[in-house]
Amino acid sequence: MTDKVLVDRVARFINILNQARDLGLAVADADSGQLTLCLPYSEKIIGNPETRVIHGGAITTLMDTTSGSVMICALDEFELCPTLDLRVDYMRPAEPDKAVYARAEIRKMTRNIVFTRCEAYQEGGEVIATCVGTFMRIGREATPKAYRDMIMGTEQ
Amino acid sequence: MTTSDILRHTQESGDFTRLLESIPYAGYIGLQCDRFGDDIIFRLPRKDSNLGNPMLPAIHGGVIGGFMEVSAAIYLMMSQDTFRLPKIVDFSLDYLRAGLDRETYAECHLTRQGNRVANVMISAWQKSRREPIATARAHFLLDQ
Repeated sequence: MTDKVLVDRVARFINILNQARDLGLAVADADSGQLTLCLPYSEKIIGNPETRVIHGGAITTLMDTTSGSVMICALDEFELCPTLDLRVDYMRPAEPDKAVYARAEIRKMTRNIVFTRCEAYQEGGEVIATCVGTFMRIGREATPKAYRDMIMGTEQ
Repeated sequence: MTTSDILRHTQESGDFTRLLESIPYAGYIGLQCDRFGDDIIFRLPRKDSNLGNPMLPAIHGGVIGGFMEVSAAIYLMMSQDTFRLPKIVDFSLDYLRAGLDRETYAECHLTRQGNRVANVMISAWQKSRREPIATARAHFLLDQ
């Protein structure tokens, strides 16, 4: 699979998630077993008006979405994998007016579970937050075929 | 009003309106809170833009996490004598059930308060408190 195919699949998937679309999440890079998404800066997700730093919740959503979509970059067919748990460490506040990127990779995939790691950062900056996640593999049949085809780009 | 004025007002009056208005992210996801005596119940009314999985449909897991994070910070601030929102250090979240497209509730519990760090547990539910959709714990750095 070329990177372009993966980028398109992930883009179609995150585009059907209202919250991801509303935050303006976009695919920055996709490769086999790894994925980078971008969260643009916006006033609506500020957590502290005095510093204009965005809220940790928006970073959690960015990292949950990136970690939960990285399987698309490792599986031949789309499978929705619900989050079992996330552990987020907030290292430093994000700089205002700058986008935040999250890069996730699969550490291990078993028949039932996907283990992920993710780092959030800004251009030219240090790591803002890290996230370790586990996701459940519920099988591709759990997602209606029409959705799978739409995400894979194989609609008739 | 400065942030510390708003926090003082919120602690003294138990009226969260100004505090919530001062946190854009809380307004963005639609967080509400009500005080019952010393207890605070946080509410997240249903909202289309908070959804993730469109098939169930379900609330985006990240929004559930963000809701619990804001709730924990407000809860902790209300239990302190200082008028600053505490800084989150880490957050550990277990998703137990899908958060369906309906109103969600959360309550917090101060597990341990040290001099510099506090540990808060958060539980979120929809249908029944006995069937949480997510539980979390967070560490916060307290202002010296």
